[in-house]
Amino acid sequence: MTATTMTLAGAINRGLRAAMERDPKVLLMGEDVGQLGGVFRVTDGLWKDFGPDRVMDTPLAESGIVGTAIGMAMRGYRPVVEIQFDGFIFPAYDQITTQLAKMHYRSRGLINLPVVIRVPFAGGIGAVEHHSESPEALFAHTAGLRLITPATPQDAFDGIQQAIASPDPVLFFEPKARYWDKGEVDDARVAAQLEGEHGAAGATAEMARARVAREGADVTLVAYGPTVRLALQSAEVAAAEGVSVEVVDLRSISPLDSATVVRSAKRTGRVVIVHEAPTSFGPGAELSARVTEQAFFHLHAPVLRVGGFHAPYPGSKLEHDYLPNLDRVLEAVDRVMTH
Amino acid sequence: MEAHGPLSDEGLVQMLTPAGERVEDERFSSFAAHLDADDLRAMWRDMVLVRAFDTEATSLQRQGQLGLWVPCLGQEAAQIGSGHALRPSDYVFPSYREHGVAFTRGVDLPEILRLFRGLQHGAWDPAAHGFHLYTLVIGAHSLHATGYAMAMDRDGLVATGDADRDGAVICYFGDGATSQGDVNESFTFASVNRAPIVFFVQNNQFAISEPTTCQSTVPIAQRGDGFGIPSVRVDGNDVIASYAVSQWALRRARAGEGPVLVEAFTYRMGAHTTSDDPTRYRTKADEQYWAERDPIARLEAHLVSLGELSDDFADGVRAEAKELGRRTRETVRSWGKPPLAEMFQHVYAEPHATVEAERAWFERYEASFADAEARA
Repeated sequence: MTATTMTLAGAINRGLRAAMERDPKVLLMGEDVGQLGGVFRVTDGLWKDFGPDRVMDTPLAESGIVGTAIGMAMRGYRPVVEIQFDGFIFPAYDQITTQLAKMHYRSRGLINLPVVIRVPFAGGIGAVEHHSESPEALFAHTAGLRLITPATPQDAFDGIQQAIASPDPVLFFEPKARYWDKGEVDDARVAAQLEGEHGAAGATAEMARARVAREGADVTLVAYGPTVRLALQSAEVAAAEGVSVEVVDLRSISPLDSATVVRSAKRTGRVVIVHEAPTSFGPGAELSARVTEQAFFHLHAPVLRVGGFHAPYPGSKLEHDYLPNLDRVLEAVDRVMTH
Repeated sequence: MEAHGPLSDEGLVQMLTPAGERVEDERFSSFAAHLDADDLRAMWRDMVLVRAFDTEATSLQRQGQLGLWVPCLGQEAAQIGSGHALRPSDYVFPSYREHGVAFTRGVDLPEILRLFRGLQHGAWDPAAHGFHLYTLVIGAHSLHATGYAMAMDRDGLVATGDADRDGAVICYFGDGATSQGDVNESFTFASVNRAPIVFFVQNNQFAISEPTTCQSTVPIAQRGDGFGIPSVRVDGNDVIASYAVSQWALRRARAGEGPVLVEAFTYRMGAHTTSDDPTRYRTKADEQYWAERDPIARLEAHLVSLGELSDDFADGVRAEAKELGRRTRETVRSWGKPPLAEMFQHVYAEPHATVEAERAWFERYEASFADAEARA
């Protein structure tokens, strides 16, 4: 095992490189992913090392990028597509939901589309409109797609490789505000998994698992991607106030590892879900329904959600009031603790 | 017929007049010069069979055996002509009206009706026929076709130096589709990547009820110009010209010379689908004008004038057509409801927890009725 400290963005870059070295059919496609290395530099250096045939600067057309990636995947390629920002995924929404998600079903299993769509998402970076959104529920709602989102460099490194190895289309949501967070990465784990007995199937199953990021007894606090760090901070503060918070990092939104959350909920009896996406019809709504169905008689309090509002993402001077923060998470923890 | 614009005969390549008289085209005749009487009879036969199947499918919908049917009536020459120019090394991306092309790719025609009876969304093995599944979202497949062509190029299947080995993609769509963003994006991607693809537009003059003038003020073929894609307008009711122009386009693409746009100007003689009512938006006179330009009658007149359509041959084909109709009816009527479990199959290539949980619940739910019946 070699553990290296790297940023979350750096871990994705290293993961992409490993996947490209492992399989010559892996291609990167997107706007500015080549010479520039992507606007967030996530593909930095790959164009130089793998050449423009494998790191393709595409025309500025999101539907075109995903649509042509589908055609290439039909011939056995594994395109990894970058959508430059969350809010720019919508021109490709039709290709993703009516074509990418449904081709395997339409062909009765004859066609696999192992396409990965990387999406820098969520807010907190002081950006202009359309650069801070969290549209994950729209894709999790569509059968045929998988959607994972890492919160740590380790999960970023492993997750991008698992996503590329998976025979299904995967949306890989990258919490852009966390790109520069550092952490230890063991680069042997995912390699062993992919080269192991269960290969891509094992990797696909593995990337769908939630992780208990901190153990606790009184409240289950569920987060993913950009809000995991906030959840851990909240748990820290709550602990100082005598409340023991268990933090679950979902890692995968589709499928949703509700079993891990339900197990935790049955012990704590209290669940708070925190995400940046609007709470209305958001991933937390689905999770809340599942917890209520499967752990109803263990609950001491209603399941609460902390998230974005049913309003367009505001101008950046207001974003820290729009986004869930420490105070709002702790307020929800207090509320479930009153029961 | 208009004098100019998208509904005119401006610049149409023609080799067979509506009366069935062979005429030369300076640029494209050479691409059809090798066609002999056997080849022409084969095209006539294919058109007759496809029309018989098409007519049978319309009847089956009227009898309640199909939920919907999408006739290709009137477009047989464009489809059979281009289909005959294809080789096994080529790959086809149809929209959903290309039953004629499907036939040239060896798809057993009645199988197409699985879609329209509501049994499944795709009914043939695309790889086995080099013929992708039908795509109902207008123009969405043009990008898949372009990506596929880009991948063929990468895979060294284009411009190999052996013209018999080279392959290309042909992508079919209609005049309405040319307004879609995806089609315009596919022109861009194909052009800048010099992809081996032929965009084959059947301008059948209607997008359901909307005339082509609703999509464009210039002939559709002119749209290639801005993308740097060479384009040709061909008489889509002329099977020989459709063949010749497709040969030219495919050879270029296979040789690595990049994409081509072919506009086959034709007429949708039937309705958009069996749910449509063309009497609301077009005249009898218009339909009559185009009935006189029927693609099958045109080739038939030509063959007869050459003395190359014997009664024996023609009767044989008509008997074959009748038999195809009978087999189509019987096949469709023999299909029952698919097993319920099919709903959950092939949603993902690897198991997905939500699908598995819902499948398990549904199986228990279904089994509960069996238990109740057993107890009763």
